[in-house]
Amino acid sequence: MSNFAAVVFDGVVYSSWLFLMAAGLTLIYGVMRILNIAHGSLYALGAYTAASLGGAWIAAGYAPAGSFAMLALAVLLVGAVMGPLIERGLLKWMYGKDEIVLLLVTYAVFLILEDAIKLVWGVESKLFSEPYALPGNFAIGALVYPVYNLVLIAVAVVTGLALSWALYYTRQGKLLLAVIHDREMSAAMGINVDRVYLATFTLGAMLAGLGGALTAPMIAVSPGIGVEVIVLSFAVVVVGGLGSLGGAALGALMVGLARSVAVRYWPEGELFIIYFVMALVLIARPKGLFSAPEARKI
Amino acid sequence: MNPILAAEGLQKSFGAVTAAADINLAFERDSVVSLIGANGAGKTTFLNMVTGYLRPDGGRVRFDGQELVGRSPREITALGLSRSFQIPQLFQSLSVRENLLVAEGIAHAERVEEATDALLEKFDLASYAARPAGLLPEGIRKLLDVAMALVSKPKLLLLDEPTSGVAADEKFGIMDLVMTAVRGQGVTVLFVEHDMDIVSRYAARVVAFYDGRVIADGTPAQVLEAEEVRRYVIGGAPHAAA
Amino acid sequence: MTFDRTIASLAVACGVLLVAAPIAPQWLLFLLALALAKGLVVLGLLLLMRTGLVSFGQGLYFGLGAYAAALLAHRGGLADAALMIVAGTACAAAVAAILGLLLARYREIFFAMLSLAFSMILYGLLVKSSALGSTDGFHVQVKHFAGIALAAGVERRVFYAASAIAVFFLGWALHRYLRSHWGRLSEAIRDNELRVEYLGASVYRVVYANYIIAAALAGLGGAFAALAVGHVDPETTYWTTSGEFVFIAILGGTGNVLAPFLSAAIFEALRTVASQYAPNVWQMALGVAMLAIIMFLPGGLWTLVRRRAA
Repeated sequence: MSNFAAVVFDGVVYSSWLFLMAAGLTLIYGVMRILNIAHGSLYALGAYTAASLGGAWIAAGYAPAGSFAMLALAVLLVGAVMGPLIERGLLKWMYGKDEIVLLLVTYAVFLILEDAIKLVWGVESKLFSEPYALPGNFAIGALVYPVYNLVLIAVAVVTGLALSWALYYTRQGKLLLAVIHDREMSAAMGINVDRVYLATFTLGAMLAGLGGALTAPMIAVSPGIGVEVIVLSFAVVVVGGLGSLGGAALGALMVGLARSVAVRYWPEGELFIIYFVMALVLIARPKGLFSAPEARKI
Repeated sequence: MNPILAAEGLQKSFGAVTAAADINLAFERDSVVSLIGANGAGKTTFLNMVTGYLRPDGGRVRFDGQELVGRSPREITALGLSRSFQIPQLFQSLSVRENLLVAEGIAHAERVEEATDALLEKFDLASYAARPAGLLPEGIRKLLDVAMALVSKPKLLLLDEPTSGVAADEKFGIMDLVMTAVRGQGVTVLFVEHDMDIVSRYAARVVAFYDGRVIADGTPAQVLEAEEVRRYVIGGAPHAAA
Repeated sequence: MTFDRTIASLAVACGVLLVAAPIAPQWLLFLLALALAKGLVVLGLLLLMRTGLVSFGQGLYFGLGAYAAALLAHRGGLADAALMIVAGTACAAAVAAILGLLLARYREIFFAMLSLAFSMILYGLLVKSSALGSTDGFHVQVKHFAGIALAAGVERRVFYAASAIAVFFLGWALHRYLRSHWGRLSEAIRDNELRVEYLGASVYRVVYANYIIAAALAGLGGAFAALAVGHVDPETTYWTTSGEFVFIAILGGTGNVLAPFLSAAIFEALRTVASQYAPNVWQMALGVAMLAIIMFLPGGLWTLVRRRAA
């Protein structure tokens, strides 16, 4: 029984992490029709910035509890700086090009950022484990877990709820939904699509940064951590349906739990099971679990 | 009385919009029929259902004895039915010649090059042969679209607004070319049209649509003068242009 | 047959490459061998891109080709390069015949990322497989070609020569294919699938066939790469390797079957230099180059060749 609880809990923790990554990716795609491969680099930037700020905070002798605030600051920085920088500085000039070309553009940005990170932070690992150790541990039966895992789950849930509320119940959110539904019509109706794009991409960057910042205390932050994240996030987004927030949540849960089962009973298949689940979902529902209907072309 | 195309009880709704409500139509071989109606009346939906792009919610379509509902556009083309499109569906980056070569190749023409050259001549497209289809004037795009539809030597040709978007002085030229190309080959032609001059000049029979239903069916003289057609399609005055 | 500049250039290029086989220094031969191997993968990408598809997962078949070839030699007991090449190609084609059934239904981003996902599935399996050396992979040492025992030190030159000959014939074949009805049909599919279906052809079948051809080419490239490097590891199927192939394809452009090989040669040369002098900015340079090409030279470097020739 405790085996089962452990698998479920591990799955939920991993799902929370996946959801944070997938949410930003799916929103950006839904609104801008761009599959942002640079998402992985923004994640890495979030982790590095958090590690740097947090490390400086601790080294300056301030209260370790305040290092959590450094995480939040890192997220804001990454989002507020990288979002507009990439969107206004580069993507804006590429709109109207084929979806695949935009994908290649974000791939190029990813390549550039990967090396930029190496140039700024060097190639050695950075450690910033204070937030992870600080809240202590708790137990489920015979198993001991860090409380930090609960923090992760809480952040994911709150973020998901906040995003849904913002999308469906605020005016700005409805503007976003309108653009997701039909970009041209929205522009024709007077919606400032340019600003919506900027806001969306910045939000997506912040979410990626959030994922990275929250992960920083759990790992050794080093070059290349953003690489695998992209493929995992994409798998989740595709399972849920591109552009669907609820789909991202459900996809994250499915993939997270499947992976947890694999890690417990078939460790070699950890990576395999994730993409296998994705392939299965796509065979049954080619566009993912929740996808928008398409208008006729002729 | 062996109609080449017979639609029975065709139904199609898109949510609250009824695009087809119990359509019953039969078309004789070798006839030229025009389908008219305001935008949204259901003409293109009818074509889309007949050619397999849309699946009707109910009803049947029989073509030359074969049931069409449930078949894909590819299968239906193989049966001898072909169509042109409201917005020309061309291969933009390929030249006019290459567009036709593709069509001829698919139709397994004996000598693809010769057949293509003949078609270029027939449709007066030879001077545009090397130009990419994406860089053609609208009238030429329409002609190419129709020419490609004729490659498979269909028994029934459906033309969706063959002269829309074309300059007024070119419209008759296009229709003349098309009609000349099909003359004597026993091809049944159904064309959707908004220009009543074109309709009365080329069609032997006119079917008027409104709100997903057929509201008139007869000779051009009968239909174009009918009260309901005047009200719902033409707009009161005779010879109302598109 | 009228004079075809592409075929003539292919013949001349391969002639030069063959002449170089016995006399060129090792480092040059290695660079060229890799360029030819990767060029084959990109040739397959060219076909897919002409059909309107960008695969971010050719690494799957590149890796399959490499591992199948290597396994044949070291677990199958058949350490003959000619057989290994065939095995690599056949294995890749066989897997593509299965995966293609699913993938041929997808387009655009879905196709790109699904192909990526499948390559990552193989990566995951290889990395966790200690029997296959996990992340380290294993060495490939072969001394026979088509039954002939090769003198020590000569094998690499023979394999390289074989790849040059393969490139000639496959380049020729694909050039003919692209100019045939099938090539035109592929481009028609890229432009307007709906019309292709309405004209009576099956888009799915053409995409499926092209997918298998591209996979076979990638498998062949993988086998040649394994022979040239003397080693196989899971990196071959990692998605960044697939990204490299896409980069080379965009760098060269899809205008001509020669483009992938020229582009691969330039890429390999630059990579060799960069890994020596500036390893930490190599990816950045690639990213900047890709943006530059997308913005200023969307048809790739081949458009420069075409302009000069015109």
